[in-house]
Amino acid sequence: MINNNMARDYLLQLKNVSVSYVRGKYAVDKVDADIKANTVTAIMGPSGCGKSTLLRAINRMHDLYPEIETTGEILLKGENIFHMNPMKVRRLAGMVFQRPNPFPTMSIYDNVIAGYKLNGIPLTKKEKDEIVESSLRSVALWDEVKDSMTKKGTFLSGGQQQRLCIARAIALKPEVLLMDEPTSALDPISTNRIEELILELKEHYTIVIVTHNMSQAARISDNSMFMYLGELVEYDSTRQMFTKPKDKRTEEYLTGVFG
Amino acid sequence: MKDKIFKILLLSASCLILLLTAGVIYALISQSISAFSEFGFFGFISSGEWDSQNDVYGALPFITGTLMTAVLALLFCIPFSLSVALFNGEYFRGRKIATVVSSVVDLLAGIPSIVFGLWGFYVLRPVLIDMGVNAQGFGVLLASIVLAIMIIAYASSLSTEFISMVPNELKEGAYSLGATNLEVIRSVSLPTAWSGIFASYILALGRALGETMAVTMLIGNTNNIPQSLADTGNTMASLIANQFGEASGLKLSSLMALGLLLFLITAAINFVAKNVMKFVSR
Amino acid sequence: MTKKIHTKTEYRKAKDKLFFGIVCLFSALTMIPLFLIIWELLKRGYKQFNLDLFTKIAPTSMDAMFAKMSGDAIPGGILNGLTGTLLMLVLATIMAIPVGILTGIYLAEKPKGKFSSIIRNLSDLLQGIPSIVIGVIVYFWVVKPMYSFSALAGGVALAIMMLPMIIRSTEESVKMLPASLKEAGLALGGSYTTVILRVLLPSAFGGLFTGSLLAVSRVMGETAPLLVTALGASAINWDITQPTSAVPLLIWEFYNDPNLSSLIWATSLLLLLIVLGTNLIAKSISRKWKIQ
Repeated sequence: MINNNMARDYLLQLKNVSVSYVRGKYAVDKVDADIKANTVTAIMGPSGCGKSTLLRAINRMHDLYPEIETTGEILLKGENIFHMNPMKVRRLAGMVFQRPNPFPTMSIYDNVIAGYKLNGIPLTKKEKDEIVESSLRSVALWDEVKDSMTKKGTFLSGGQQQRLCIARAIALKPEVLLMDEPTSALDPISTNRIEELILELKEHYTIVIVTHNMSQAARISDNSMFMYLGELVEYDSTRQMFTKPKDKRTEEYLTGVFG
Repeated sequence: MKDKIFKILLLSASCLILLLTAGVIYALISQSISAFSEFGFFGFISSGEWDSQNDVYGALPFITGTLMTAVLALLFCIPFSLSVALFNGEYFRGRKIATVVSSVVDLLAGIPSIVFGLWGFYVLRPVLIDMGVNAQGFGVLLASIVLAIMIIAYASSLSTEFISMVPNELKEGAYSLGATNLEVIRSVSLPTAWSGIFASYILALGRALGETMAVTMLIGNTNNIPQSLADTGNTMASLIANQFGEASGLKLSSLMALGLLLFLITAAINFVAKNVMKFVSR
Repeated sequence: MTKKIHTKTEYRKAKDKLFFGIVCLFSALTMIPLFLIIWELLKRGYKQFNLDLFTKIAPTSMDAMFAKMSGDAIPGGILNGLTGTLLMLVLATIMAIPVGILTGIYLAEKPKGKFSSIIRNLSDLLQGIPSIVIGVIVYFWVVKPMYSFSALAGGVALAIMMLPMIIRSTEESVKMLPASLKEAGLALGGSYTTVILRVLLPSAFGGLFTGSLLAVSRVMGETAPLLVTALGASAINWDITQPTSAVPLLIWEFYNDPNLSSLIWATSLLLLLIVLGTNLIAKSISRKWKIQ
């Protein structure tokens, strides 16, 4: 009952989440956080603080590497993802990576519906067309590529490739969109467009974004987390954190003492 | 002064390679010319007769035998070498067990051809006879099975490299969409590494085409065009090894012509494989 | 638009597991022949694997037949083959290593030149030539003009096969050295020659050594090219202009002579041990060298 009530408020709940690459050494140390639906949450911190590691725990990416150990609970709509099938978890939590990684052997069209293909979900031609068009429209790429659907995704510019990868992730209608420094490999103009896109996508998706760029976090996020040495130091509304940080370390980070 | 001499030394060593290759091609052409002028190039490669009594020679049975055994060996080796490549390059990449498997498979490549021949003759041949393939066990099938084992190491070590070169971020992209291992392999790893894997198999095919001793001991050494897997035959290499000792005149020249053909085929195959790989690494 | 996403998860997972099982099974099967071959040689060869094998020359067919008829072990060993293999490997190494290393250095020093790319392609071409074809070419180069099969001819054939491997390993191990090494040497006022001979080559020595050792192990078991160049001999021969035996040639002789067939296994066992042993030594050295 409580879980159901909570689920209405919080789409994603992290409870005591720890991740270790080497036994006994924690890259992410006992993180607790609740994330509301249709918000953008930014995870900040100096490099090596565990922000990407935390993000990748949410779609169980660490399962791919047997040496990595994840403990704690992560609830997605009240359901513990560690009791779910990892394939399902990854469908429900779409991921966008640091560097655009469209599948080089597939066309733009096939890249968008790659999730359906990989999951063996049968689609009619009409359904495919609809999904491709609506996904590409929501990332504002449709008009740019509608005449070159059969070209390989790798022919696009870096910014376009990254929007294609976002389209690929949202084509599966995930609950959460995890973004791991999605603009760090892009030029300022492309970065700007992706940021605008994130604000638009917020209407339909819950977004968790890792960024090392403080002003980006300030521009796009509702809430912010500050991590340092694997620990979640502060988690608050972005406005609050940027104006009145509670922790000294957060303040030092925001004022540029380190990072 | 000293530097100049040294640089000339370096250059002349390289020129020696040039000369060596020229010498190889010259020897093959000059020695095979009388066979080709007697039978004509196309006459030689399309005639099925190899008759020392009447001094008439044709290469067709041996070209057929060579291609048949090599292609068959490649087909037999694919499921094994592809498995080893996936085992070492995808599932257990960088792990200790992958090193063990690849070392064992590499050792297979170190076994001399003649030892493979003995093993095929004394161990595998009786098995084929028991299975009722044919009365003596010799033939295309026996030779191809042993050839397949001989080339597994070549095919798998190179394709392992190409499979493990597939960028992790691509694979993670597919995993993040909910794919299983198998689906990532089928839709990302194999398509991305495909041309490299293809090149590895072409190189392995080149190896199989030129193998001599094991094939000579196992194929049965008859001068007919093999009609089935159970049939005996000869490859170009095995015929040269068998008959070079007592050949002279036109027969010797015909054997050299076979050598030239074999050289051209393997050169072409290596050329194709090299260019495919160049295309991949770009 | 809001089509319920339904996937056959259990079926896909089962398929995934099945495929993984098949991959493991086939990988395991691939390793079996190596052990089967070693086992067969051990089983059939250990009886004749004795001191005589190393100290006596190969028996004649007659001696072997008499021994066989009276139920004894076949007398004799393969000393003439061992000495012949040694002689030809030394000849081949003397010919191939200087040329191979110099060419390799040239390619590493001029990686982009047109001439370099030609040489590199030709070296690959040489590597692809079937060994029997190299044999018959050397027959026309050496055996025919000298009117005799010889250890020299065998050595030349083996050298041609070793050459591309040595070139490749030299080029790669020199290229792997940091550019600063050469620059440091030159900055200290060393001449080009001194820097290469005193700095680059010693630093790349591990790579050169293992490359050459692997090349030797690769040609050690070659039979086909020796059949048409060295031919074989029933006595120990150290004269490089005379026909010479070799271990793989003896295996071929034993294989063709039913009286001698029981010697095949011990001889093959020895050949395999030497070849695989050299191979393993070379690889363990290269591993150590890479870690450093």
